Amino acid sequence: MDFGLGHFIGLASVLFGIGAIGFLVRRNVLIQLMSIELMLNAVNLTLVAINRWMPGNHAGQVFAFFNIAIAAAEAAVGLAIVISVYRLKKSVQSDAVDLLKH
Amino acid sequence: MSGASQLVFWFASALAVLSALATVAMRSPIRAAVGLLFHIIALAGMYLVLHAQLLAAIQLIVYAGAVVVLFVFVIMLIGPSAETGLGQRGLLVRAASGGLMALVMGALTFSVIDYAPPMLAGVENCPPGAGAECGQFGGVQALGGILYGSAVLPFELVSVLLLVAILGAIAVARGRSAEEVAERKARKLAGASAGGK
Repeated sequence: MDFGLGHFIGLASVLFGIGAIGFLVRRNVLIQLMSIELMLNAVNLTLVAINRWMPGNHAGQVFAFFNIAIAAAEAAVGLAIVISVYRLKKSVQSDAVDLLKH
Repeated sequence: MSGASQLVFWFASALAVLSALATVAMRSPIRAAVGLLFHIIALAGMYLVLHAQLLAAIQLIVYAGAVVVLFVFVIMLIGPSAETGLGQRGLLVRAASGGLMALVMGALTFSVIDYAPPMLAGVENCPPGAGAECGQFGGVQALGGILYGSAVLPFELVSVLLLVAILGAIAVARGRSAEEVAERKARKLAGASAGGK
């Protein structure tokens, strides 16, 4: 069976959906951060796939490159926040992070 | 596309979906991190199918080499309490939002899956008389020329962003524990009452 651009975008939307469901349903901050990575990767896949079908320039691949750099920075800062919250609350449940409520 | 790239596409897409499901569904975060690792490797294979060789290498180096290792490091630092159950609070609302998201993404998938525009020339199917840049698509030379050419300003700004992220991560992760905060507060109160006498 041959495959076209629609297959890549459909796969990317499935992966984005899995990431979004994980972010919404899970309450473990580490898993939620990994779900954000899944969503960012799905967007990268659409950018690279559309660029493959319109190869006049490299705009999609350059965008994906910057996305990867920003995702790395996001993971570093997010995990630092997880460590900081764990020191205060001894928990990685996002329900436990209610410091502004009390 | 050729038969080999079709094989890689179907294998990599199956691996990507299964490992994404494993990442989201695993109870233990270390297993989820291993799922994320397999997901990233599958996507790197997908980038090879899409003629983005440099991005596939960067994906493996940055994601598999740095981000997943960072996750594993933090899970190791936190220890056994990194594993938490599903939690009872707001379970119905969470399940409903997850189901709604599944519906939206399913509708989106079915609406785009048959979209098959013609592939423009410029990668493998170079027209006769095309320049030397035809066929270089996605390689180090082509992408590097753009990163140091028209995209040089955002490329340099990314280095500033990464520096700020490093400093921010250090500043945030150096915070005190709950006991230290309480002790500091008690000392401050004692000092205030001693000064008031």
